[in-house]
Parts: sequence; C-alpha cells; structure tokens
Amino acid sequence: MTLERLREIVYEGLWNNNQALVALLGLCPMLAVTNNAINGLGLGIATLVVLVVSNVLVSLIRAHVPREVRIPIFIGIIATAVTIIDMVMDAYMHTLHGILGIFIPLIVTNCVILGRAEAFASRNPVLESAVDGLAMGIGFLIVLVVLGGMRELLAQGTLLDQAELLFGPTAKAWTLHLTDNPHGVLLAALPPGAFLGLGILVAIKQWIELRREERLHAQPQAENMPSHEPEKA
Amino acid sequence: MSTPREELLRHIRQATGKMVLFIGLAIIVLVAVRAWLEPKIEQARVETLKSQLNETIPQTAYDNDLLQDTVMIRAPELLGTDKPVTLYRARKNGKPVGVVFETIAPDGYSGDIHLLVGIYADGRIAGVRVLEHRETPGLGDKIELKKSPWILSFDGKRLTPENEAQWHVKKDGGIFDQFTGATITPRAVVKAVKKALAFYQQYQDRIWQP
Repeated sequence: MTLERLREIVYEGLWNNNQALVALLGLCPMLAVTNNAINGLGLGIATLVVLVVSNVLVSLIRAHVPREVRIPIFIGIIATAVTIIDMVMDAYMHTLHGILGIFIPLIVTNCVILGRAEAFASRNPVLESAVDGLAMGIGFLIVLVVLGGMRELLAQGTLLDQAELLFGPTAKAWTLHLTDNPHGVLLAALPPGAFLGLGILVAIKQWIELRREERLHAQPQAENMPSHEPEKA
Repeated sequence: MSTPREELLRHIRQATGKMVLFIGLAIIVLVAVRAWLEPKIEQARVETLKSQLNETIPQTAYDNDLLQDTVMIRAPELLGTDKPVTLYRARKNGKPVGVVFETIAPDGYSGDIHLLVGIYADGRIAGVRVLEHRETPGLGDKIELKKSPWILSFDGKRLTPENEAQWHVKKDGGIFDQFTGATITPRAVVKAVKKALAFYQQYQDRIWQP
C-alpha cells in the first residue's frame, strides 16, 4: 500500500466520506446513546473494533465467498464479532454494558459495518481493509464523542461524567464540572437534542467544505493543488 | 460434459457448503468464547449486585453471604410485579438484621421505576436506591442519589397506623418533598416504598422462616 493510498483511505474515513456526517449511516444507536461523551465513546469503541475485525475477516475470505451468498456470510461474520464484543463488555465493563444495553447487539444492524464490508473489504486487500475499518470507525467515534460531549455540556454542564465506567475507579476524577448549575438545557438531553446536535455538526462540516472550495476558486495560482471532489450524494 | 442444469446444481451445492462452513466456524468460535467468558460475566453480575445490596444495608451490619441466603415471594399487589421477587436476607451471628429486595413503582411518569429497598428486621427503612428508570432527565431523575440526596429521606422511616397519612409527597399532605416541575415521579416512589414496608409487615413471618 502506497503512502498516497493510505492518506486517501484515512481522509475518506475521517472527513470526506465520514459515515456519520456524510453517509448518515448508523443513526439509530448514535442518536440514542449520545446523551454524554462517555456513552458515545463506549459505543464508538465497540463499533470501531467490530468494524476493523469484520473488514479484516471479510477481506481475508473474499476470494472464497460465492457472490450469491456473500451477504449472509458477511452478516454472520459481523454478528460473531458483535456477540464477542457484547460478552467481553458484559464481563469487564458491566455497568456501561448495562447502560448501552440493546445498542451493543444492535451494532450487527449498523449499516456502516455491512456497508464497509460490501463496498470496501470485499474488493480490497487485507491491510487496506484494516486501515479503512480503522479510519471509518474513528470518524464515526469522533462524531459520537463530540455529539455526546455537546449534549452533556448543554444539559448537565459537565464533560466526561461517569468516566469510571470505561476507565475504572481512578477516572472518577476526570469529570469536568464546567458550570455550577446541574440542570442546563434540558432539550439537549432529550431525543430532539440529538437530532438538532447532529444537524449542527453536519452543517458545520458543510460550511468548512464550502469555505475551502471558495478559497480554492478565489486563488487562481492554486490551480495545481489537488482539488477535492465534492462529496457524492 | 455437464449440462447447464448439472452446472447450476453444482454451483448451488458449493455455495451452500461454503455458507454452512463459515457459519459453522462462527458458531464454534462463539461457543468457545462464551465458555471462556461465562464465569467472568457471572462474577461481574455478582459484584454489581453485591455493591447495590451494600448501598441499602451497610456491609458492616451483617456477616452472612446475602446472595446465598434468599427467599422468593410473590406479591403482585405490593411489589408491582407478577413474578416472584428474590429477597436477600442479612443476618449477624445468625440473627435477622434486615432484608433487601427489588420492588417496582408502576406509575412513574414514563414507565416502571425499579427500586431496591432495604428494610431492617424491626421494620425501619435501611436504604432505598433506584435501579432503573426512564424519568425525564433534569426533572424526575432527582430520585437518583447521583443527582439529589432526596432518596435518603426514607432512611430510618417506619410505617405505622398513626403515621400512614404522612406517607405522601408534601403536595398531597405528606412529609416527602416533591421536585419543582415533577410531582408524579416522587409520588410514585413514595407509594412504592410505603407498599414495600407494608409488604414486610404482612410477610415478616414468611420472610424469616428458615
């Protein structure tokens, strides 16, 4: 894999084809659990691990999978990875597992995972597929954490509340209390807050893209710079 | 030479075989991982339960293993569930200290509120904690100890024929605070705790029979 290709895959996953902000996939668990940053991080990590494992396995067996039955086989692989993550979290992060509840098993049906298996891993070598899983997973995770942090900050005035669920008892001190008022914007904690928050994040991304494009057009000498394709619908 | 039909059948056999192979492998992996993690999951469950029980009855008050000393009782009217409820019995030197059990307040603002209630053998509340609820964040969730000390106002309270009328929120003429903007939630919790005490009085003999 060339450096150029590596950069392209990472750029696609983190920014250009971000699964949460551009593809808008996997919204159900994303909107449901992101009422604080730690919940977002927990689900983000679980999704990331599943995505890398499933991408690697799908890529490894891609030559041996008959086209007609590839979807059931991919789903089987994804379900296996998710079930293992579910059991590991139940054993080692019992409380967080309880909070995320049904959304861990539901990773099986997260379109991001099957989407990457089908669109990337089933037609690319193992290493590239692993990088793709990592980049797409991190891109998804960052959005989960930012959205969760935004909502947590607005609703309770804290950040990283309940970090001990993920990082053990020492992490209890990590919580940042940024206001004295424990009850801020209630809307942010409720489901509409999730939709509004995601909408704002999508808008910010679009705005950055547009500004960058404008700047490229404004500077004729920048013609030789590699211009980025506007993202596909 | 194979006919197109034979060709197709061969292809179907091959695809089916591969699918069965992959899924079979997945099942083997899962069964192995499950066998490895089962004891750890069980241990995590036990530890979580233990720490919850200890929040309602202090660990120093008893010397037996709560999880091994249980009794099951079904009381749908008083405990809010049709299913038999497990009661964990705390003893010191073999003498009854108290009992911890789960009860459900079915009339919360949005669905059931699951409570863990600890009651000393003499009928005083040892402690109440909320296990699970879906009340409005910022309003009804003050029943969590993390958000507000309100739930501690039950500690040490009894239920007697004389004070029965006090077992309401202040708005309904009782002694328990309601929350600004949320009366339904504390009302449901007060009612459930009161019923839990009534349950203890009514079933005391059955709870402590050997």
